[in-house]
Amino acid sequence: MRITCPLCGERDRREFYYLGAKDYLNRPEEGDTEAMHRYLHIRSNPTQVTQDLWQHEAGCSAWIEVERNVTTHEILSVKLVNEAAP
Amino acid sequence: MGYNALRVLKEGLTGNAGWRPIWRSPEPKAEYDMIIIGGGGHGLSTAYYLAKNHGIANIAVLEKGYIGSGNIGRNTTIVRANYFLPGNSEFYSHSLKLWEGLEQELNYNVMMSQRGVIMLCHSDGQRDAFARRGNAMINQGDDAELWSPEQVRAEIPYLDFDNTRFPIYGGLMHGRGGSARHDAVAWGYARGADRLGVDLIQNCEVTGIDVVGGVVKGVQTSRGAIRAKKVGIVTAGRSSQVAAMAGIEVPIESHVLQAFVSEGLKPAIDHVISYGMGHFYISQSDKGGLVFGGDLDFYASYAQRGNLPMMEHVMEAGMTLMPAIGKAKVLRSWGGIMDMTPDGSFVIDRSEVDGLYMDCGWCYGGFKAVPASGWCMAHLMAEDRPHEVAQRHTFERFETGEGLMDEEGTGSQHNLH
Repeated sequence: MRITCPLCGERDRREFYYLGAKDYLNRPEEGDTEAMHRYLHIRSNPTQVTQDLWQHEAGCSAWIEVERNVTTHEILSVKLVNEAAP
Repeated sequence: MGYNALRVLKEGLTGNAGWRPIWRSPEPKAEYDMIIIGGGGHGLSTAYYLAKNHGIANIAVLEKGYIGSGNIGRNTTIVRANYFLPGNSEFYSHSLKLWEGLEQELNYNVMMSQRGVIMLCHSDGQRDAFARRGNAMINQGDDAELWSPEQVRAEIPYLDFDNTRFPIYGGLMHGRGGSARHDAVAWGYARGADRLGVDLIQNCEVTGIDVVGGVVKGVQTSRGAIRAKKVGIVTAGRSSQVAAMAGIEVPIESHVLQAFVSEGLKPAIDHVISYGMGHFYISQSDKGGLVFGGDLDFYASYAQRGNLPMMEHVMEAGMTLMPAIGKAKVLRSWGGIMDMTPDGSFVIDRSEVDGLYMDCGWCYGGFKAVPASGWCMAHLMAEDRPHEVAQRHTFERFETGEGLMDEEGTGSQHNLH
């Protein structure tokens, strides 16, 4: 699997750290424990297309949102997190 | 059909023409007392113990493929009870005791081989942690011995002991651990459940779960609707999808775990060996193949194959630990889909729907749990309260943060286990 970093171009998967679903962008207010539980733990876990957060850890360190088919390994789109709609 | 030496001899002399299918292939009935979704190891053992321990025989196991076609037929077959944390410790201890009597229980040869599981350590800190874990195992009533480097060298001389980066400081030997024949476990439980009256219904995919007023009423399947008073979801790897049919969201992310088998070799590796620095583990099957694996690929996946970087990492770790295996050819590899929970431990619990129960989140440790998982899930479904060795394995622990069982101490987050 190769991922095209918007800043560095196409790179080996090993340069990237996987965090998880882009739900992590929507951090709830402090004190709402139910919302925090959902934010941290509950996942829709789809079988086809996901939008996940990765970091180009061994490259430019940018956080990116990768749209990917989790059944075929196909990378559908990549954009910088700060340019992606939450 | 009974198995004994005389029968094997007779069949051998008469062309093996007398063997018959060892379970029925019934048509689904319109209604059952209980339905188990998933005909893998855990689903079959749940049905078996529901019938055996609780006297409930009006049960169907619904399997979308054939019995044994999922992860129970593709895993690295390791059985052990060397967990540290309360909750996991008593559960896996119970499971190992069931393993030790499983062949007599089922009258089926599951090739249980208590060859010993050794975890190697490579630093003072890791040795101290293993000593502590060994004490926890002994306190639980299981066995553990802390081996010196000399003891390891005497038993397993072919390891690279003087590796500059990761020298071997000893190991924690769990002598009652070992391996079992994975397919036979599924077949043995299937045959046992069938004999107790359980209907095993293959090629029957569940397409919906009927819930009325917060109470489960039955399931929709590719072979029609089936009513039931209680339904158990035992579909690790696909738990999120099946739970979603009842409107339930679960704290699970699916990941792929790869494993590998070499060509058949003469007997060389006597134990199950796990390498403390490379997350690599290896054993040798009775056919002679080296069976080995490592970490997850570390990204959400439903592809039943992994990527090359983790394959390379596993091969490198194996070569670092035991350079002698370098000339063995890899025969095949596969990727299995794992239900990853945030803390890396499983769930056997009620769901938010009355009468609907879940056995899920087995991460990469489901095989060794097959007997106790079924035992505890059957108890939960029959008695409507958790079995004492699985009572900590709730969904609630993620909501409250209390009682998380993070064996690796890496944090309660899906991508860290």
